[in-house]
Amino acid sequence: MSERRITLAVNGQRHDITVPVRRSLADALRQDCGLTGTHLGCEHGVCGACTVLVDGRSARACLMLAVQAENLAITTVEGLAPDAAMLHPLQQAFANNHALQCGFCTPGMLTTLVELLAENPSPSAAEVRVAISGNLCRCTGYETIVAATLEAAAVMRGEAA
Amino acid sequence: MKAPAFEYHDPTTLAEAIALLCRLENARPLAGGQSLMPMLNMRFVQPDHVVDLNRIAELSGIRVLPDGALEIGAMTRQRDIERDARVAQACPLMVEALAQVGHRQTRNRGTIGGSLCHMDPAAELPLVCAAVDAVVRIAGPGGEREIPFAEFPLGYMTPAVGPDELLVGLHVPAAPKGQGHAFLEFARRHGDFAIVAVAVLLDPGPDGRVARASVALGGVGPAPLRLAEAEALLRGTAVEDDAIARALATTASLDPMEDALVPGWYRRHLAGVLLGRALGIARERMA
Repeated sequence: MSERRITLAVNGQRHDITVPVRRSLADALRQDCGLTGTHLGCEHGVCGACTVLVDGRSARACLMLAVQAENLAITTVEGLAPDAAMLHPLQQAFANNHALQCGFCTPGMLTTLVELLAENPSPSAAEVRVAISGNLCRCTGYETIVAATLEAAAVMRGEAA
Repeated sequence: MKAPAFEYHDPTTLAEAIALLCRLENARPLAGGQSLMPMLNMRFVQPDHVVDLNRIAELSGIRVLPDGALEIGAMTRQRDIERDARVAQACPLMVEALAQVGHRQTRNRGTIGGSLCHMDPAAELPLVCAAVDAVVRIAGPGGEREIPFAEFPLGYMTPAVGPDELLVGLHVPAAPKGQGHAFLEFARRHGDFAIVAVAVLLDPGPDGRVARASVALGGVGPAPLRLAEAEALLRGTAVEDDAIARALATTASLDPMEDALVPGWYRRHLAGVLLGRALGIARERMA
């Protein structure tokens, strides 16, 4: 089987890996880089669980080949928190608002919403809903996810939540 | 749900990509991957070679011509088109339609050329191209050719692009001054392909009446459908309610496709409802 030696830049760290060319970015992150925070649900671009940031823009990691990610900056859920002791404001707001139940959709929700908040620091609830329309939560905990996002937006704007 | 084994090629020039397509048997070009990758993962397609177009810089970008028309490279990401002020100026219909193309995560990767070549019968971008009379540029071993978008769909999910050719870009004429536009669709969930989608353009003449109308439906036929009869009925009118009613009456003769989920009569019903609404919106926007 055709393989390629590639270097991935994930969360600011270099990973020199050899992958079959057909391997998805999501599988490479999990199996070759050991970063299992990115979850795979449907593997055909519908559920949003595997969403990562590619050069700061959200993308389905199941719909990219690992070999396509060379020379691009990948951010996974592991790369959101500034350090081990502190969560990203969005992660903290998810915890505060019970915005995760089983947690399977959470990495995709977080990466998607980090992009939204970077672009739109004051989204309305309706805009948050549109932003996560491509992310399925089978616990159906959408209300708390929207509430957490609005709280995180306020915190990130420097307002008390 | 893993892609089948294939050989991977990532050319950096168009010429190199065409040469690969000429040389390789059973090769598939890979654009944004938002349709081909699911089809690979589900093994609906099993190419021996994948020719990745993502490293070909010359295929992406948006240019405004002196007459205000747009040249859009086939590999331009849908999200980049959606957010480009020049596109909002020259083709507001496209921006309105793009908000309903998949989700932000898929638009960040998905390309306009990929959408046109995949040509789902209900996809938004082919419908916009049909409505605005876009011209597509196709490159092959013999050079480039241009064809009007009306000649681009050959049938269900089949674009007029040969196995050793690539869609390289499209020409989108600038919306004339005062044009009213509207894009509406009905889908079960936000981001799904539409059950029926409608695109409407109304160009006012010097007397304020419609000089040219464009009415296009998606999700009804195997490819976007222009309603020439409705367009003719709208010409010369001020889009009064009875002119809209006459245009809507033409949808009664539609014979939409049918599938296990959506009966033909329902698509016909939706076509009438959405077209009525879209004409009302476009009328308000016509100046």
